[in-house]
Order: sequence, then C-alpha cells, then structure tokens
Amino acid sequence: MARSQELEVQEKKELVSKEEKTVPSRYYMPNTDIYETDDALTVVMEIPGVQKKDLDVHIENDVLRVEGRVDFGNYEGLEPLYTEYNIGHFARAFTLSSKIDQQQISAKVEDGVLTLTLKKAREAMPRRITIA
Amino acid sequence: MAVLFSDPIDWISQFQQALDNFRTSSWLGSSPSGSGAYPPLNVFRKGDDLVVIAEVPGIRKSDLQIQVKGNTIRITGRKAVKYGENAALHRRERLAGGFGRAISLPLELDADNVKAEYRDGILALYLPRAERDKPRTISIG
Repeated sequence: MARSQELEVQEKKELVSKEEKTVPSRYYMPNTDIYETDDALTVVMEIPGVQKKDLDVHIENDVLRVEGRVDFGNYEGLEPLYTEYNIGHFARAFTLSSKIDQQQISAKVEDGVLTLTLKKAREAMPRRITIA
Repeated sequence: MAVLFSDPIDWISQFQQALDNFRTSSWLGSSPSGSGAYPPLNVFRKGDDLVVIAEVPGIRKSDLQIQVKGNTIRITGRKAVKYGENAALHRRERLAGGFGRAISLPLELDADNVKAEYRDGILALYLPRAERDKPRTISIG
C-alpha cells in the first residue's frame, strides 16, 4: 500500500533584498517557523546543505540576521540533466518584537535545520549602556 | 589578478544558470511520477553514472527509506515539525507529513551498487550505470 502523499513541494523563494550583495550569486529565503514561549523566542530555519561553520547569525538594532552559505564544491564535476530546484545561499532577516538577551542565544544545526533559541531579556534588568 | 578572483564566482553563476535551464526538462517526463511530488529532485550526470540529489531538511535519517528495483528509485519518509509546549506561533512556514515518490530513470542501473548519503538535510543517491548499459566504443574495422 502506497503511503499517502501529504507533504507538498514548497517552491524556493529567491531573496529580494534592499541591500545588494557585492557578489552576484543567488540567495534564497529559508522556510522559517517562529514561536514564542514564556522565556524565549525560537526561530527554526530550513537551510539544507549549510554547515554550522558557514552560518552567520547576528542581532543588531533588534534585527536578527541569518546567513548560511552552501558549499558549491560538492557539485563540482556534476552535469545537470534534470532539475526541479535551484541551489543558492540562504539569508533572511527579522525585526524582533521582544527584547532579547544577547548573551543567551543558542544555535543548533541538525539535518539542515537551524534552531535559534533567543532568551528574552528580563524587563526588570537595567539596560547596560556601553560608552564608546 | 582580478580575473582569478572572479573565476569561482562565475562558475557558481553558470552552474545556477544551468540548473535553471534544465528546469523540468523532458528527461524524466515520461516516467509515471514525473515532476511535482515531494521531495523536489535534481538529477546530475557524473561520468557514466547518475547522482540524484534532494533537499529534505528536518527529516531524520531514520525516517527516510530508499528502495531500488530495476531502474526505479523510490524515496519514502515522514517529516515531523514540533513546537514546544505552550508555544505561541508567530510564523509557520515549514510543512510536515508523509511522502513517497518514485522515479524511473531512462537507463539501466547497477542496483547492487547504489549508495545513499544523507548530510545536512541533503539526500544524495549515487546510481552507477549497469556495466552492460555503458556505451562502447566500436572501432571501424
């Protein structure tokens, strides 16, 4: 008996960014789930083919930016015959609604999925301001 | 020299262009399950052999099954997406569920030597062409 086909193909969306990259290579928007619990915000992104060392995650002015680079070296010597999706690096940015404790961000990559756990900052905590 | 730096980048652009050019080429079109089913696949030639690559992020290795029969490859599995308890969803784009896809390749495979690799959410199937199916050079006597 054939297993029912529940999972659908999600067409990869090419990233449309306000900023241009210096290198004219394609970027795609990773499919992302974001959920919030009492103490943390969790961001889950699908970035197949990206290794942990090729990931950049940073938060600046309440904007979370993630960039993951695919190693094209794995495709050397391969000649396409039939294709259904394209391959490119991944990038996406989100404006965060709640204050995040920048010291307590944990990242995990498993089976091509990045899970970022962003602990919320305690509201009562005095904001530290560094004088430049 | 600037040319040296731009070379690998050119290669990536050309490769991405090539991937676009082979989008839904008629190569697999005649097989029972043509395009459109999950997971999306890319088929490459490597020398005499074929390499089939699929992006299946979030699926555990133990939830993926590959079967080979004749020149038909069958990929089945299940993808689970879990959220923590008491979680409020802000954004939900990842899909979950079961899937099954079979493709028939238009050449004879050496089924005993098919290899599958799964790493970072990418499944790669190495499909060697059967020895008797390989092209032979015929010398003109």
